[in-house]
Amino acid sequence: MDFHFNEEQLMFRDSVRALLERDCTADVLRELWAGESGRSDGLWSGLAELGLTGLLLAEEHGGLGMAEVDLVLALEESGRACLPEPLVETVLAAAPLLETLAAGGGTPASVADKWLPLVAAGEARLAIEHPANPCVADAHVAELLLLLADDGSLHAVARAQVELTRQPCNDAARRLFTVDWKPGDDSLLAKAAGATRLLDAAFDRAAFGCAAQQLGIGQKLIDLAVDYAGQREQFGRAIGSFQAVKHHLATAQVAVEFARPVVYRAACSLATGHTDAGLHVSQAKAMADEAALLAARTSLQVHGGIGYTWEVDLHAWMKRAWALEMTWGGSAWHRGRLADAVLADIDNKPREGQLQLQGVN
Amino acid sequence: MDLDYTKEQRAFRAEAREWLKANVPGQALPSMDTEQGFAAHREWETKLNEGGWAMVSWPVEYGGRGVDLIEWLIFEEEYYRAGAPGRVNQNGIFLLGPTLMEYGSDEQKARFLPRMAAGIDVWAQGWSEPNAGSDMAAIRTTAFRDGDQYVVNGQKTWCSRAVWADWIFCIFRTDPDSERHRGLSFMLVPLDAEGVQVRAIEQLDGETGFAEVFFDNVRVPVDQLLGEEGGGWKVAMSTAGFERGLMLRSPARYQATARKLVALLRDNPEAAQRDPTLGDRVIRGWMQAEAYALQTYRTASRIIGGGSIGAESSLNKIFWSEMDLAMHETAMALLGPRAELLPTARAAGDVGDWLDGFQFALAGPIYAGTNEIQRNIAAERLLGLPRG
Ligand SMILES: Cc1cc2nc3c(=O)[nH]c(=O)nc-3n(C[C@H](O)[C@H](O)[C@H](O)COP(=O)(O)OP(=O)(O)OC[C@H]3O[C@@H](n4cnc5c(N)ncnc54)[C@H](O)[C@@H]3O)c2cc1C
Repeated sequence: MDFHFNEEQLMFRDSVRALLERDCTADVLRELWAGESGRSDGLWSGLAELGLTGLLLAEEHGGLGMAEVDLVLALEESGRACLPEPLVETVLAAAPLLETLAAGGGTPASVADKWLPLVAAGEARLAIEHPANPCVADAHVAELLLLLADDGSLHAVARAQVELTRQPCNDAARRLFTVDWKPGDDSLLAKAAGATRLLDAAFDRAAFGCAAQQLGIGQKLIDLAVDYAGQREQFGRAIGSFQAVKHHLATAQVAVEFARPVVYRAACSLATGHTDAGLHVSQAKAMADEAALLAARTSLQVHGGIGYTWEVDLHAWMKRAWALEMTWGGSAWHRGRLADAVLADIDNKPREGQLQLQGVN
Repeated sequence: MDLDYTKEQRAFRAEAREWLKANVPGQALPSMDTEQGFAAHREWETKLNEGGWAMVSWPVEYGGRGVDLIEWLIFEEEYYRAGAPGRVNQNGIFLLGPTLMEYGSDEQKARFLPRMAAGIDVWAQGWSEPNAGSDMAAIRTTAFRDGDQYVVNGQKTWCSRAVWADWIFCIFRTDPDSERHRGLSFMLVPLDAEGVQVRAIEQLDGETGFAEVFFDNVRVPVDQLLGEEGGGWKVAMSTAGFERGLMLRSPARYQATARKLVALLRDNPEAAQRDPTLGDRVIRGWMQAEAYALQTYRTASRIIGGGSIGAESSLNKIFWSEMDLAMHETAMALLGPRAELLPTARAAGDVGDWLDGFQFALAGPIYAGTNEIQRNIAAERLLGLPRG
């Protein structure tokens, strides 16, 4: 057992952090909100150059052949920076799905051969529809969309062949759409039965991605408040010296800190194909969501009136935390999934040679 | 103890219900944090006043009906049941109004109350300053006497609805050598006075719900001083009592939210099935709203019997703000992935105004004195714990 990240994983995190601190500042975020697309090709290709967009893809598709444990810290960084790009949708949900399908040859293989190297190179983004989400995120910048037909079959459709309607939402950075399109024989990737399995796996990866981002968002919300509480004075003292404020922040930190190992475990389980990977993801998503929500509320409270303004950046992270909590399965859904499994499994004997956790292992 | 309404009270309720039914706009007014919405809400105030419903507990000569606080609570219940618009002049009618009754001279009452009731003067509250939020006694905006005027210099901030309001009630430092609670005075200032500058501030939702107000040699006649010079803290604490303890947030508001929440639960059975705690959270909200109503009737009885609102208003403020937030958080959970969509989104379906309500509820533990400060007050003044 070793819960450490290795040298390369940490270095990768550092380089992603450095890039985001330089190219994804609060000023950049605000500029992007105001723009129609809300996205930055430069930022996306910068991340691709670091290897982020192809990290999970095989070398034959221009990727690095690495796994979720290698990615999790970078995802955390993307949350910390409030990155508006479709990292979760493209890198975690859609691209690996295409790659899995490609193994069977036929149309999916040619779609994968065409698009995945572009994803790895940062020249294409992907969007994906899923029954858990009422809208399709970032469909407007996705060159290729994976869409579900009424019969449950999965299709790959170029953006030129769809009509998008933007669905305005609370987070100024998010771009959600409903999609009008028609399935054709040449667009078919998988029939309903096969599609469901693929979509379930994509769902778990994406939910894991959101969980990792929530860790970064939660930590950032706490850090912003800690900074502010150290500077802001009332009653002749820094407000951070009041116990009420300290306790609020410490409580939020407890929540983030205890969500962290759960998210890292989910990364390992996805990487190794653990039989309970889905349940591990659910626990990660539920706990990271709760931590981020608590951090949001705490950070606002510690900021007082100034936190309630558009001028101060705080709301960007708050709104992202609220949005992600409901995306790729809300925290309640994930708790419910875990509850069902724990209840069903409670009398089973633990299996040998695995991290033993009550009920689920 | 008798918890039934009298015949007169029932008749009063029926009358209020009938008038509201005939007069409440069929369509929701635009947000009062927009210019157009503010104007629409002001018009509504005028209409309320024409019907004699602006502030039923005020004396008739000031535009009220001379009824007591129980009737006021009944009116509020009917008001929320009817889905009537938010009160754009809430700082005036619920905060300054009762303070004027207590501290105003007859002339001041006659001058300000009827116009307030009619929505001719919409009021803002100017207490907070950049460096005096929780620590309100650190106020630095000065008002020095010059003949029969004060000359005001400084800045207020986070003044709700000040962008389009007409007047602002403020606390200024009138004694240059004073410290903390002493030497402060309560004054009434027109926002179009020479030297006043209002800068709108965008809130979380991007709308200009509050503003900074700058004072540059603004001349305020001495007859716009409320209470005594140097006695502003005492006057302000009376206002804060109404703000935290009784009028600003009447129970009907939360009972309406609780009813809406129960309907939302009923309409989203899948969400409730997936998360069995949601039903529990909804009923908790409903129970709290009920408890809050009972507590408010109790407070009203005490005041009618000659009592006053004291430090227990801090408990009240903690209760309503946290109940409101909990109910809105529950609503967001019930809406699930649709919760982040604006009502204008086609995919949003029938999300109503929960998102707006949620974001506003988040401010509850901050405005009217933060809940940390209220807990300090409750612990020190009600429980008698040593001061920190
Ligand atoms: C939506 C909204 C509307 C408002 N409308 C008005 C208005 O119309 N007029 C007006 O005058 N003001 C208004 N306010 C301002 C409000 O009254 C202040 O925000 C509030 O009093 C807190 O002050 P502050 O923002 O300076 O925060 P701070 O006082 O800086 O507080 C920051 C944090 O420190 C904590 N803290 C401070 N001192 C202590 C202590 N001794 N012990 C423990 N914790 C402490 C606070 O609880 C808070 O969590 C409004 C605010 C909001 C959010």
